[in-house]
Amino acid sequence: MSEKTYKPGNYPDLPPPPGTVGVYGWIRQNLFSSISNSLLTIISVVLLYYLIDGIIGWFFLDAVFDADSKIACRKIDDGACWAVITRRVGQFVYGFYPEAERWRIDITFLTMFIAFAPLLYPDIPKRKWLLYFSVFYPFFAFVLIMGGYFGLQKIEYSLFGGFMLTVILGVCGIVCSLPLGILLALGRQSNLTVVRTLSVCFIEFMRGVPLITLLFVASSMLNYFLPPGTNFSILVRVIIMFTFFSAAYIAEVIRGGIQAIPKGQYEAADALGMNYWQKTRFITLPQALKISIPGIVNTFIGLYKDTTLVVVIGLLDPLGIGRAALADTKWNGLSTETYLFVALFFFVSCFAMSRYSLWLENKLNTDKK
Amino acid sequence: MTFFSNIWRNEKSREIIVQIIVLFFLGWFISWLVMNVNANFEALGKDISFEFLFIPAGYDINQYLIDYDSRDSHLRAGIVGLLNTGLVAFFGIILATVLGIALGIIRLSKNWLASKIAYWYVEFTRNVPILLHILLWHGIIINTLPHPRKAISLGDITFLSNRGFYIPKPLAESGIELVYLFLVVAIIFSILFAKFCKRKQDLTGIQYPVFWINFSVICFLPLIAFFISGMPVSLEIPALKGFNFRGGMHMSPELAALTFALGIYTAAFIAEIVRAGILAIDKGQREAAESIGLKPSKVMNLVILPQARRVIIPPLTSQYLNLTKNSSLAIAIGYMDLVATLGGISLNQTGREMETMLIVMLIYLSVSLSISALMNWYNSKVKLVGR
Repeated sequence: MSEKTYKPGNYPDLPPPPGTVGVYGWIRQNLFSSISNSLLTIISVVLLYYLIDGIIGWFFLDAVFDADSKIACRKIDDGACWAVITRRVGQFVYGFYPEAERWRIDITFLTMFIAFAPLLYPDIPKRKWLLYFSVFYPFFAFVLIMGGYFGLQKIEYSLFGGFMLTVILGVCGIVCSLPLGILLALGRQSNLTVVRTLSVCFIEFMRGVPLITLLFVASSMLNYFLPPGTNFSILVRVIIMFTFFSAAYIAEVIRGGIQAIPKGQYEAADALGMNYWQKTRFITLPQALKISIPGIVNTFIGLYKDTTLVVVIGLLDPLGIGRAALADTKWNGLSTETYLFVALFFFVSCFAMSRYSLWLENKLNTDKK
Repeated sequence: MTFFSNIWRNEKSREIIVQIIVLFFLGWFISWLVMNVNANFEALGKDISFEFLFIPAGYDINQYLIDYDSRDSHLRAGIVGLLNTGLVAFFGIILATVLGIALGIIRLSKNWLASKIAYWYVEFTRNVPILLHILLWHGIIINTLPHPRKAISLGDITFLSNRGFYIPKPLAESGIELVYLFLVVAIIFSILFAKFCKRKQDLTGIQYPVFWINFSVICFLPLIAFFISGMPVSLEIPALKGFNFRGGMHMSPELAALTFALGIYTAAFIAEIVRAGILAIDKGQREAAESIGLKPSKVMNLVILPQARRVIIPPLTSQYLNLTKNSSLAIAIGYMDLVATLGGISLNQTGREMETMLIVMLIYLSVSLSISALMNWYNSKVKLVGR
């Protein structure tokens, strides 16, 4: 091949060398850039192959979706026996809530998104009107779920269960624990010795003991601390414990946020003559909360996952329903199917929450990139 | 009224007044609680006493590190439970650390596929409640592993079955002392050698492969002693007798499920901590290390990791604490840890909710507080000191 000659400065732009761009280049750079890297890729591919092959076979191809019992399932095919779920899907979602009244749960659940929308998405149109609805929503939800007013049938707490119970516990805990957590964080940073000591003791105690012991306290001991004869629902007691527990964690997250604010901010606020509450409202909290969003959402996700612990004190959350199903001789031994189904539910909701937090973090990030 | 308004306007006196009010309400609240407890206990004919700790427990525990039978006291049952908590936490922490660090590094690898696999592992694992992990693993071990008669055997000495894992138990015979002695000598040598090399490196810059030399010394010296003294260890191999295995070391399905679940769950969090720790190191550090010609492995070991360690260790410790606290969920599958013994069966048998829960909580609390005190000390020690 003969080299073409060009005048100085007239050399044309050459295409990049083959193997550095396009699909081929990408594969080479990201999967086979060195011997060890290629080895890793090959191991990953083999691993993935077996994993996907096994999962698809067991989950779908060889699975049985409807049968009368485990034995009937095994007669049809040897994959997963999803009949244990499909036969009881109503229980998994609503617990033992009366079948005729389940529309009330559906409506509450759907309207929950409308109530949360203005809080979660600040740019939503007509935000102000929606906010009125958000304020009104807790009463609306309470009346609709509990009944007893406006001709709605009253439903006992003990009938609550399934995913509905998880969502009720999670949402109540999350909504109540944020304000308490903020107060505790401020208390911990306070100049007042008494307030600070109290906050520290509360936070350290809650963070130091396992949640399950707190739930035992709620279920078996809380009545001793109340005037004789008081008796309120186990559901409320559990929500109180969840609130205290996650408020302590949120307080620590927010304290981190408060401590991360540059000192100049406080000095500037002092120079403007702001009092403590003005400083907190306009300077400290907006910045501290923004920094602590990832931590707060992580705490919420933790709280939401921890709602499964109520099964230990006998409430029928999805795990409780699942265990009840497994105790039935017809479905004995199908634990993997049952628990994977519940796990899928938790994965979807928790993953959505963490994605939302990433989105919010990016949106509020005012740093120039 | 000017007197009162002056007091209220003075910052110092206002602080004192507010604190007095808070204290007053606190005292009132506590006395209210105590009064309620008194009234309730009187109505039920109960009192608060810790004597129940010394009466026979009367229940069996299937896994124990110190001798225990049902005639022993509740106190001893509680200690057995506490040791079981320690046991599962120990295994879980080892598994979680190894898996977590490996995943964290794979997550940062340039290999797109491997890093995506690690990413999805982390997402799937940490977005599912730990209790679900425990039940899932327990179910898998109980329901899918074969009966002891058809146990999966590895070389006919290790057996996996739905009654748990059985591995051979090493029994020391006479002559083992020499092996121990050599092991101690090897460890002392390694410590001294590491110090020597560190000083040498500080003075001259010459590096020795300290890790590999020490590693082989610690491995081979006892091994040589082992052969010299005529292999003074015999294995007690588990054997099938009746419906189950006898002999050997036994890991119950509950312990195995709990270890796997806690290890795998916590590994996801540790992976994220390791990743964040390595990413937190300024890019310039790596570039500077590369520009003075260090090999990639040296860049990692001498520049990145020592700095990342400072960021990683505090959250890592808090994950270990979480793991230990999460092990209390053992009660859901019947593993006899502290909560299941003292806070579970002892509570139900004696009806002393107040006392048992108080002890259980105090134990967990003291462990957490002492570890976090240790961490505060560590943090203040490794904190970057600005000039």
